[in-house]
Amino acid sequence: MIPLEHYLILGAVLFSLSVVGIFLNRKNLVILLMAIELMLLAVNMNFVAFSHYLGDAAGQVFVFFILTVAAAEAAIGLAILVVVFRNRRSINVEDLDTLKG
Amino acid sequence: MFGLSMKTIYLLIPLSPLAGAIIAGLFGWKIGKVGAHVVTILGVTVSFVLSAFVVLPDVLAGHVFNGPVYTWGVSGNIPMEIGFLIDPLSALMMTVVSFVSLMVHIYTIGYMRDDPGYQRFFSYIALFTFSMLILVMSNNFLQLFFGWEAVGVMSYLLIGFWFTRESAIVANLKAFLVNRIGDFGFILGIAAIYYYFGTLDYGAVFAMAPQFTDKVVQVFPGLDWNVLTLIAILLFVGAMGKSAQVPLHVWLPDSMEGPTPISALIHAATMVTAGVFMVARMSPLYELSETALSVVIVIGAVTAISMALLGIVQNDIKRVVAYSTLSQLGYMMVALGASAYAAGIFHLMTHAFFKALLFLAAGSVIIALHHEQDMRKMGGLKKYMPITFITAWIGALALAGIPPFAGFFSKDMIIEAVHLSQVPGSGFAYIAVLSGVFVTALYTFRMLFLTFEGKPRMDEHALRHVKESPWVVTVPLILLAIPSFIIGALMVEPLLFENYFGDSIKVLAAHDVVAQLGRQYEGLWSFVSHALVSAPFLLAVGGIFTAWLLYIRYPHLPDLISKRTRMVYTILVNKYFADEFNNFVFAGGTRIFGRWLWKIGDVKLIDGLAVNGTARVIGWISAVIRHVQSGYVYHYAFAMILGLFLLITFFLHG
Amino acid sequence: MTFEMPNILPAVPEIFVFSMACVILIVDLFLSERRRIVSYLLAQATLIGAAILTFKLMVSEPVFTFSNMFVADRLADVLKLAIYAVTASVFVYSRDYLRTRGMYRGEYFVLGLFGVVGMMIIVSAGHFLTLYLGLELLALSLYAMVAFQRDSSQATEAAMKYFVLGAMASGMLLYGMSILYGVTGNLEIAAVRRALAGMDADNVMLIFGLVFVIVGIAFKLGAVPFHMWVPDVYHGAPTSVTLYIGTAPKLAAFALVIRLLIGGLENLAASWQDILVILAVLSMGVGNVIAIAQDNIKRMLAYSSISHMGFFLLGILSATPNGYSSAMFYVLIYAVMSLGSFGMIILLSRSGFEAERLEDFKGLNQRSPWYALLMLILMFSMAGVPPTVGFYAKLLVIQAVIGVGMVPLAIVAVLFAVIGAYYYLRIIKLMYFDEAEDKTPIVAGGDVRLLMGVNVMLLLAIMPWIGVIIDLCSQAIKQLS
Repeated sequence: MIPLEHYLILGAVLFSLSVVGIFLNRKNLVILLMAIELMLLAVNMNFVAFSHYLGDAAGQVFVFFILTVAAAEAAIGLAILVVVFRNRRSINVEDLDTLKG
Repeated sequence: MFGLSMKTIYLLIPLSPLAGAIIAGLFGWKIGKVGAHVVTILGVTVSFVLSAFVVLPDVLAGHVFNGPVYTWGVSGNIPMEIGFLIDPLSALMMTVVSFVSLMVHIYTIGYMRDDPGYQRFFSYIALFTFSMLILVMSNNFLQLFFGWEAVGVMSYLLIGFWFTRESAIVANLKAFLVNRIGDFGFILGIAAIYYYFGTLDYGAVFAMAPQFTDKVVQVFPGLDWNVLTLIAILLFVGAMGKSAQVPLHVWLPDSMEGPTPISALIHAATMVTAGVFMVARMSPLYELSETALSVVIVIGAVTAISMALLGIVQNDIKRVVAYSTLSQLGYMMVALGASAYAAGIFHLMTHAFFKALLFLAAGSVIIALHHEQDMRKMGGLKKYMPITFITAWIGALALAGIPPFAGFFSKDMIIEAVHLSQVPGSGFAYIAVLSGVFVTALYTFRMLFLTFEGKPRMDEHALRHVKESPWVVTVPLILLAIPSFIIGALMVEPLLFENYFGDSIKVLAAHDVVAQLGRQYEGLWSFVSHALVSAPFLLAVGGIFTAWLLYIRYPHLPDLISKRTRMVYTILVNKYFADEFNNFVFAGGTRIFGRWLWKIGDVKLIDGLAVNGTARVIGWISAVIRHVQSGYVYHYAFAMILGLFLLITFFLHG
Repeated sequence: MTFEMPNILPAVPEIFVFSMACVILIVDLFLSERRRIVSYLLAQATLIGAAILTFKLMVSEPVFTFSNMFVADRLADVLKLAIYAVTASVFVYSRDYLRTRGMYRGEYFVLGLFGVVGMMIIVSAGHFLTLYLGLELLALSLYAMVAFQRDSSQATEAAMKYFVLGAMASGMLLYGMSILYGVTGNLEIAAVRRALAGMDADNVMLIFGLVFVIVGIAFKLGAVPFHMWVPDVYHGAPTSVTLYIGTAPKLAAFALVIRLLIGGLENLAASWQDILVILAVLSMGVGNVIAIAQDNIKRMLAYSSISHMGFFLLGILSATPNGYSSAMFYVLIYAVMSLGSFGMIILLSRSGFEAERLEDFKGLNQRSPWYALLMLILMFSMAGVPPTVGFYAKLLVIQAVIGVGMVPLAIVAVLFAVIGAYYYLRIIKLMYFDEAEDKTPIVAGGDVRLLMGVNVMLLLAIMPWIGVIIDLCSQAIKQLS
């Protein structure tokens, strides 16, 4: 049996990847949305692993809810992305800099 | 009286000016100018009559009141209540405050007659009276703080009353900022009291104070402070702000930008004495800390002498009076520091009368000259404005400390008390207040001579319009001149030597210089006759004589020269000559020093560095660190990640 | 296994608001532009109805339902009533603003009501799952509302930033929750508390989970260094949306803190206290200092909100019931002050002109002494000048901190309050002492004018009843333990 730690490390690696994706990516907003999805998946990995090892189903139910909310979140995120593109004709992260100071 | 219980009367005293203020403020547009001054004056009259003729006799009959009059509710462990402490000290303050305020209200009718903000002004000064009464009547620190802040806010609004003047706005912001520094200390002091005593009630705190004499607190690691000393000094920082003691005095001279009645009401007679009153009220705390008393006496002495010197070099008539106020506040503080609380309060009272008188007289001159404040453009006014002239003389004699005028008694008592005091720093203070007497007489009479004596120096047009002020101006002058004349002689015995204050002021036997004075005191006549050969009197006369020499005797000299040379442009030269002459006489001495003190010490160091400097540094920091907010979303995300990692490392290693 | 119908009674207000939001969404489709007021009135009626329901269903003892996922207690009732009142005022202020800018659409009110449901769920959450769902419902509504002005490039930029950072913050919160779940084996907040009672507080995993959870909370509060979204979103969003974001969600954020940190993780207080001290000092410092350099008033108020959250955290970090109730008092007062300040910006704006720059307040006293006075009271209250109620709010939290012996922290707080006073006073200076550049008279509907007067005067008039409110707060807190 694969020990719990391995799942947790996988979760942590996924989480770190997503974080790195958010602040190293300076070009494309879509990649930001993907990184956010990845972050939620990392959380899901944690929940499922804990749920299995604790023998408690609540964690897996939580995962279902996270997946649902993630879908709604992606919908809103893409909708905002579309209006951003309409206004600026660009989805470059570096172009979003008029509000500052 | 009239079936009213004393509690109702106590409540009526602050509430009637408040009612007047609300009516004048909210319905001023409806009731018009007359309505506005009628309601506010009515309110203040009620306060004055009740304070002077009901409360004061009642207190003298031995009825001290201390307790809540209205409780809003108890929250957690702070009772939110309005409580009054009515004892001889507060009754005296109430009477003085309401009387001066009443005079100022009447005077304002004339002074502000043509001002568009007439109703607003009356509303403000009535509201100020309310706040000040709350301050002196409170029986707990919370309410004291409320009154303290409220008078501050009113003063802020009133200094900036003529908000179209650029200088008024600057003065106004400065007053607010400097007072905030003082309030910072004050609120820390109150917080410390609450922390150590667990209550904010005066009575409870005073009763517990003696148990704390040995308690120490570590302010910074390795620095132990006596708790009571810490509290007393923190509270005194608040008093320094409100009573304009060096180095927090910078706001007061600038505050003269406000209308003159305000200078008289707030910046001479009432608000600035709040600090003095507070220290006297807290005498049971200050008595237990020699260090705090020493701080008070030294700060007071420095203020008394340094501010008096600055008075000599000012040309704006109101500024002279302002610097004189600063110096006299220093005297009061010196008295408090020497444990002669009664003498300090006595001087506070006489000063309230004669300084309000001087301010109002200055205001009367200013009205007559159509808001000209420069003394170099005055002169020879005595025959045009006899009432103002005579009352100003009375005020000046009182300020200079010439018997039998009021200021003589109070100031002499302070000097004697300091002489007897054993508090560290009292030796320095004695020299300071003694030499202050000479300087005070000099600048006071310089002002008087420049304004009223000699030849008129204003232009023809202005001179033609000079006339005595209307009765609403002169009546308060006369009414204030009477106490400035007699109140010293009248009150010196009862106030100082007949234990008027009773338990409201507490003095340790070892510090009790007033009692020592009492033992030497052998009646009014012998006191006066003895004083006639003492140093303070001689110094005062010397100061007046010097002023006379310089401003009455010598100005004729350039005149004579001009007549001999018969030059056409003599008048111009003449003017110039007088100025040069002044410069020359003072070149070696006080003038240069005073100017230097004013320019370097006041303007550059304290104003520039301490007040404006801090603001500028913070503004600069702000302008720099706002760029952290770069606008890039990945920087924001990075900041969050960084925060996360720092918090985690903080825990794993800390 | 039998399925028992849960007791839905405590959740009736939530169900009502949610159903009504759906109804309005549909009704609005059939309304012409002219009759849009129906949506508005329905939204207001929903809030009033919810208030009546909450009031009727008020409980004296905490009630748990839906397998302990949902709690109804005094705290929830008080906060919900406050949320209704604040949101209803937001709608009143916003109506004219939206109408004159072509944004008068039913979605604003529908999203607002969905946000209210989200807040109500957070307030009543008894389980990590309900907490998360409430949070997301609120957050998703807010993202959409910020992007509501679709043709404004500023608003959409703000929405994008808010979305990315907000999603990241929820991810962190969830990550923390997952770790806490792993360590304690529970998702129910009360059970987590019980499980933690017998546990060593130095557990590395536990600390990890705690830090992640606090980061999530700090983001919602806008505490430094998780504050970066606040100025940009407040600035970029249409003012009516800023008004919404700046008021009611702060109450929900308070509930989040109470439910998670105090309800669930109070046994770790010694650990989170230190974190909150850092966050509070940074927030008060950065917020107050950067606010000085701002020339846009929305941005300035955003930084001011950051500093206020720092003060609010002072009450929480004292970790005493007294501190919590002072924090609750602070956040309630802050919501009222913030409502008035943003409401004032809306009031001074008109079609084609946003009164956003500080200069727009120049000479307000000449244009309208009444509004200048109201703004003066608001600014004094924000700065904490007595006798406004803002002073008492600050006093109580500082007292709470002194009460647990953190005197240096109290001194720092007072110092920053003094620095903060500067930029509030600057507005007063502009209003009273500068010449008005724009002399256009101020026009506003009767309802807005009345509400503005009541809103601001509340800050003064409430003084005699301060004791009552503080009692209410401490009772609500007392029920928690």
